[in-house]
Amino acid sequence: MFYCILCYNLESELQAWSREKEATVMAKREAVAHSLACQGRLGPTGKLMPTTTAMTVRASREPLVLDGPFAETREQLLGFYLVDCQSLEDALEVARRLVGETGALEVRPLAQFYPGIGLQ
Amino acid sequence: MTDVAWIGAALTAARPQAVAALLRYFRNLDVAEEAFQEACLRALKSWPVNGPPRDPAAWCIFVGRNSALDEMRRRNKHDSLPEDDVIPDSEASESAMVDRLDSSAYQDDVLRLLFICCQPELPATQQIAVALRIVSGLSVAEIASAFLVSEAAMAQRITRAKRVMTQSAVAFETPGPVERAERLNTVAAMIYLLFNEGYSASGGEAHVRVPLCEEAIRLGRLLLRLFPSETEIMGLTALMLLQHARAAARLDENNNIVLLDDQDRSKWDHALIAEGLVLVEKAQRQGIPGTYQLQAALAAVHARAARPQETNWSQIDQIYAVLEALQPSPVITLNRAVAVSKVRGAAAALEMLEPLAGPLGGYFHYFGVKGALLKELGRTDAAREAFNKAISLARTAAEAAHIRMNLDKLNS
Repeated sequence: MFYCILCYNLESELQAWSREKEATVMAKREAVAHSLACQGRLGPTGKLMPTTTAMTVRASREPLVLDGPFAETREQLLGFYLVDCQSLEDALEVARRLVGETGALEVRPLAQFYPGIGLQ
Repeated sequence: MTDVAWIGAALTAARPQAVAALLRYFRNLDVAEEAFQEACLRALKSWPVNGPPRDPAAWCIFVGRNSALDEMRRRNKHDSLPEDDVIPDSEASESAMVDRLDSSAYQDDVLRLLFICCQPELPATQQIAVALRIVSGLSVAEIASAFLVSEAAMAQRITRAKRVMTQSAVAFETPGPVERAERLNTVAAMIYLLFNEGYSASGGEAHVRVPLCEEAIRLGRLLLRLFPSETEIMGLTALMLLQHARAAARLDENNNIVLLDDQDRSKWDHALIAEGLVLVEKAQRQGIPGTYQLQAALAAVHARAARPQETNWSQIDQIYAVLEALQPSPVITLNRAVAVSKVRGAAAALEMLEPLAGPLGGYFHYFGVKGALLKELGRTDAAREAFNKAISLARTAAEAAHIRMNLDKLNS
């Protein structure tokens, strides 16, 4: 079974971290990722850009495109897509095509991406 | 798992929201700051034992408010001393607090806190210093070293600035849309000044004071999180990110400024550039041009060019044309002329320079650009005259050296 592990934290706090603190946290995570990769168990991983870069496409009669991240607490995270896009507009166009009759899609660029090794 | 570094970062991040909400509650800056300080002290005791709260800002507001109220009661002797265990630490009271303090409530609080630092009677450097103290929570010593002055002098400046702030009338009602927009403008200008204080060369010596730039970016991102649709805040944040991305390439080993064309672009911070480019694109979608957004768009064109020769000058020309219409200024026209020279040639650019001779008669860059255009057109004597004039107006050794290099090429 593939498992998706999603990272949550206070963004304002991470932006107040010292470089040393960030390096320590990242080193710990990289060590775990490295051992998983060696076992052939690691799929793609990524670090998202800050939420200030995010936009949200919400289902409506015509899909609504809103500035900012997905901010509701009523709905639940149910899935994700990773898409190579030429521009933000391109990414929003993909989201418009994907959006259903209800719900919303947050569109956020990746700051870092590792394709991973192993998953079949 | 809770270490002091983590607590420090959490309190730094919580500070703007917490102090701002406490200010709204107590309507007194000193009381708000003291209440937050008290909450920090209690956090240092409580968090290592009880673990981190889910929302540190809400925790600090809750604990800070209660401790300040207790302190008032104690002074008034109306009530007996409350015990430490009165401090609520349970998830229930905390999440109730979070519900009441969603981002819409923080929005005007944080904006108000930043806005009261921008007292028009205070010089810009004092506005910045006091914002760093109150909003960012930097120590007086840290601010003093960033401004290259003694700690005592900085302490005096901040005390004076705070006195002016407490005497001024602050509107605590929720601002209307017009007032909110005005506050945002004022605050954006202050944040950009803070950024430039870290970025620019002063007194002939080039410095890039990274902590000031990073603090300005942190405040920009904070404002943008609270006002996610404000295109000028997107523009401002993008502009700072794109400029700061070049920090490592801006100075050579002798601390001289390296011009954009000569910078080693592999030293640019491509993560910051990527974030800045997304924000520019996001801002432009709304089709409402603003000065930060346009300046960010200019920086974005340079950032997209892997080599100087790949710069899209006609795009730069178009952006300057919009900027010129929005905010007419001879300096903008001068900058546009540089772009025009690359697109339509030196003669067309020189023509644009003619009406600027009056307003920019004492401006170093005017004569630098004029000399370069005349040189390109083969008018050597006139070029030499312009370059000499530029050297006489240079403010830094690096500026003069750059022009001398051009003069040498002219003579050879």
